[in-house]
Amino acid sequence: MSINGKAYIAGAFEHPTRKAVDKSLAQLHAECAKGALEDAGLTKEDVDGYFCAGDAPGLGPLSLIDYMGLKVRHMDSTETGGSSYLIHVAHAAEAIASGKCKVALITLAGRPRAEGMATGTAPRNYGPSPDVPFEFPYAPTVVNMYAMCATRHMHEFGTTSEQLAWIKVAASHHAQHNPKAMLRDVVTVEDVVNSPLISDPLHRLDCCVISDGGGALVVVAPEIARSLNRPLVKIKGAGEAPKGQMGGRVDLTYTGAAWSGPTAFAEADVTPADIKYASIYDSFTITVLMQLEDLGFCAKGEGGKFVADGNLISGTGKLPFNTDGGGLCNNHPANRGGMTKVIEAVRQLRGEAHPAVQVPNCDLVLAHGTGGSLGTRHGSGTLILERE
Amino acid sequence: MIAEKRTMPAPTIDPETQEYWSAIEAGKFLLRYCNACEAPHYYPRTICPHCGSDDTEFKEASGKGIIYSYSVMRRVPVPYAIAYVTLEGTDISMMTNIVECDLDDLHVGQEVKMVFSETEGDGPPLPTFTPV
Repeated sequence: MSINGKAYIAGAFEHPTRKAVDKSLAQLHAECAKGALEDAGLTKEDVDGYFCAGDAPGLGPLSLIDYMGLKVRHMDSTETGGSSYLIHVAHAAEAIASGKCKVALITLAGRPRAEGMATGTAPRNYGPSPDVPFEFPYAPTVVNMYAMCATRHMHEFGTTSEQLAWIKVAASHHAQHNPKAMLRDVVTVEDVVNSPLISDPLHRLDCCVISDGGGALVVVAPEIARSLNRPLVKIKGAGEAPKGQMGGRVDLTYTGAAWSGPTAFAEADVTPADIKYASIYDSFTITVLMQLEDLGFCAKGEGGKFVADGNLISGTGKLPFNTDGGGLCNNHPANRGGMTKVIEAVRQLRGEAHPAVQVPNCDLVLAHGTGGSLGTRHGSGTLILERE
Repeated sequence: MIAEKRTMPAPTIDPETQEYWSAIEAGKFLLRYCNACEAPHYYPRTICPHCGSDDTEFKEASGKGIIYSYSVMRRVPVPYAIAYVTLEGTDISMMTNIVECDLDDLHVGQEVKMVFSETEGDGPPLPTFTPV
């Protein structure tokens, strides 16, 4: 069974906050849900499927369904870190295609800034996971795990810090038009490579922002999408893939996008050359570069050349990416950037991106996310969406 | 910048890996091998993650290797080098720290050898590496 054409994204909402000291986590989820349902022209009474991931409090769907007063007949708490929400869209489409629900609500929220979390530099202990005794004592952090990918990429392919910097430069060109973006100043390659080294070879400006907030999506059956007064955003294809250390045969040069990407392209029956806009997970600059290669926008090892000279800047480059400023400049709510990747892709298809960054005739887009860590184990989720 | 000694938390030990940690307490580094597919793996499991056989056993490894990748974490009170080291004669890389070294003089492909680093409390030491 294919999900191509079986479901549509009817509602999308990005919470405007970037620091939520005065809000609870559940409240943020509910505000995002309300925003996305209003965007779709639906109410919570219409929702019969609910999806959330590890950012949800308590028992996930049980806690939040009860808190929000939802009445659903399908739920899913697939947890693949920041890529969860792309995978939720695909799972929602599968559930709709098989008649398990008709209006699926997906929410994400978090408040790492309000909680003072050292997101990038403090080792995280994932409890009784079997890998923990063999990794946690060595102080793996978010940033040094991605930094090791960059080190290896530079060693094998000659990728440079200046090439990586172009990814931040492109994001900053887009963020200047987003009044809600955390970092709105346009930066140069020199600004990025002259910012302090956090963990070699990644500089401060190679890293994404840390923000509170969240977002939500409403995925609906075709007949419901057509009954709503919103542009039709069709789900055309999806792929998901886990990648880990493969029993010690560690290879940091590629990501799970090498598997989720081709699956999504095959289901959508399109190629990377057909894509007009791409939302690419951007926890760090290296994350973008590796995923672009793995998704087939350029050959493996050619990512550095591909991203250089403004090739990702809307209006200038061949592949406009993350036109909201992405996680690198705009928003990375709950340290999970997958939700905002889908939201900006929906804006582009609807023609609702900022006019300065809106891609003309944008009828086919890709959104891709990574969750967990490229340095250890991660989940990749790819979506291909079409304006009907 | 010379690496300072960093306080390392002790690993949590479960029944599946007790033998591995006991060997480390005795100064030996063991690598888990599968007798069915003959491949080593890391971190150690009773059931081979490559082929699924439960016919696996520990063998002592040389403790030599080369740096597959590394990064020096700088924006912390005690900077340190995290790395994956590929173990000699295998295609297996393990996460570790490079210690007793100049943090500014590390490179991919560098030859390293295992040294055990103390952990907090009564826990076993950890296998770490230092440049040859």
